[in-house]
Amino acid sequence: MPSDVVPRDVVSSDAMPSDAPHTTGAAEPRREPGAALLRSELWVLFRRRRTWALLLALAAIPIMIAVAIRLSSSPSPGRGPAFLDQVSQNGLFVGVTALIVAIPLFLPLTIGVVAGDTIAGEASHGTLRYLLIAPAGRVRLLVVKYIGAAAFCLAAALTVVIAGTVIGALLFPVGPVTLLSGTTIGVGEALARFLAIAGYVTISLLGLSAIGLFISTITDVPVGAMAATISLAVAAQIVGVLPQLEWLHPWLFSQHWLGFVDLLRDPVSWASFGDNALLQAGYIVVFGAFAYARFLTKDILS
Amino acid sequence: MTTTDERDLAIETMGLTKRFGSQIAVNAIDLAVPRGSVFGFLGPNGSGKTTSIRMMLGLVAPSSGQVRVLGRAVPRHLPEVLPRVGALVEGPGFYPFLSGSANLRRLDSADRGAPSATRRGRVDAALDRVGLSHAAGKKVGAYSLGMKQRLGIANALLVPRDLLVLDEPTNGLDPQGTREVRHLIRTLADGGTTVFVSSHLLAEIEQMCTHAAVMSVGGLVAQGTLDDLRKVGEARICLLTPDGDLAIRVLSRLGLESSAAPEPDAECLVTASVSVGADAVTGAPLAGPGVRPGPLPAPEAIVAALVAEGVRVRGFSVQQASLEERFVALTGEGFDIAQ
Repeated sequence: MPSDVVPRDVVSSDAMPSDAPHTTGAAEPRREPGAALLRSELWVLFRRRRTWALLLALAAIPIMIAVAIRLSSSPSPGRGPAFLDQVSQNGLFVGVTALIVAIPLFLPLTIGVVAGDTIAGEASHGTLRYLLIAPAGRVRLLVVKYIGAAAFCLAAALTVVIAGTVIGALLFPVGPVTLLSGTTIGVGEALARFLAIAGYVTISLLGLSAIGLFISTITDVPVGAMAATISLAVAAQIVGVLPQLEWLHPWLFSQHWLGFVDLLRDPVSWASFGDNALLQAGYIVVFGAFAYARFLTKDILS
Repeated sequence: MTTTDERDLAIETMGLTKRFGSQIAVNAIDLAVPRGSVFGFLGPNGSGKTTSIRMMLGLVAPSSGQVRVLGRAVPRHLPEVLPRVGALVEGPGFYPFLSGSANLRRLDSADRGAPSATRRGRVDAALDRVGLSHAAGKKVGAYSLGMKQRLGIANALLVPRDLLVLDEPTNGLDPQGTREVRHLIRTLADGGTTVFVSSHLLAEIEQMCTHAAVMSVGGLVAQGTLDDLRKVGEARICLLTPDGDLAIRVLSRLGLESSAAPEPDAECLVTASVSVGADAVTGAPLAGPGVRPGPLPAPEAIVAALVAEGVRVRGFSVQQASLEERFVALTGEGFDIAQ
């Protein structure tokens, strides 16, 4: 094994001034801004086959919807999710329809997998201790992990919208979109609104991601954290349909999940967008604080 | 070196204790690892070695006591200390779906002191150093245990370090790999790096360390230079004589506990054992020479005394306990995992 290959650019500390503390100016390594870890996190996340499998599963939803409608001869107006009957007239509606189908279960499922895996996944690989002694810094690692999960939320929402728009354009006629309020907008503006909807859905999932991050700090078993996160998403929606628990509804992170249809009105109704953003921000603050408190004092035994 | 200036210590613990519930994993250990040493941290499985290492690296918070690493209090100064420490803790940990070099780049990117510009070069150099260049592009999931272990060591060498903490570094390595790791550790120590190696294998420690500490059931039972540890312990006198009872009387006058066992052809084997200065090393970090109480009388003086009393000495030998006997005496024998 050849030695002396590693450049000794950090001064070793054999000769220390006797009265000075142990880090002299020369021995203190220059700090990088710290974006490398975030870049690495995103790179690892989006290089994993699992991430691609999740995104492909999401892309399959609009594709399945579009193909099913194309193959069925008679559209059945009034049945199925909103916009379904409009798809055969205008392929641009495939993406929105698919989002309505995906948001109660499929999207939270994929988010649960990624957010539940954040810390517990590293613990199960044994990489958590090596990241921490690198040293990544516990707070920095937590923030980077959360940004990674948020990036996945965006990727997931965009996947559904883009896959839907593309398959819709391939299988159906594309034309000006008639909004919920009756006015018609051109294809360009419609696409811009779909992007805004993807943004809305991304924000909708940030609260759940924060919950997943917190659960991920309390266990070393990623599957447990994933299952718990997904279960909470389902439970929140069950609570959301029980009239007896109506007082609780404004506080549920899933309360405004379907509010993105407001972006298809003219003029755009931003009220639900604002309410949703505020609610999700609250979840991020609360569960971010829980995760911080838990992770900062946690004994890393994995 | 009778006083150990704290500046000379790469790792220092004071009353370091870790409790998990009612169980005490590490019990008030006072460890002193001199800078520049190759320090062996010895103990059977479950004796608290890894927990101690985790506390030194800030992964586990001590229940009480203090740790100083490279002269600075941990965990308060971890951000300044850790970039200067390379570590392998309780086996390697890697992403199985990434290649060896991608794994190292990932872990290196977590260190803000490690420049991104040189990352690729440093990763290649570290892989080369542990002989893994040929497998750099292979997924770690396909690595053997020994290869993962080498990758773990490479991870500790990504930037030049002042201190290396290697927990069981030769675990899973073949004899060739073990030799390479020993050679690597020696090379690093020659370059001025302090190396703290834990092991449950005495032979390994004996071959590469200058200092050692012995853990047993969460407590530190001995530490010092390897020579000190060797000197200390049971020495045994074996005397072959037909005059057993007389010999025992003479020996007890010299302060030696002895016993006689009948041997064939009407002779007696008298054995006397004496503990030499066990107190000096046990629990006292790096005690200097000459402070050991009760040295063994010179062998020739014993023989002279025996002969003067008319004991027919037909065989006489002084047997120093081996480090292994000492280790077993300190930590207990058998498969009883320390509780």
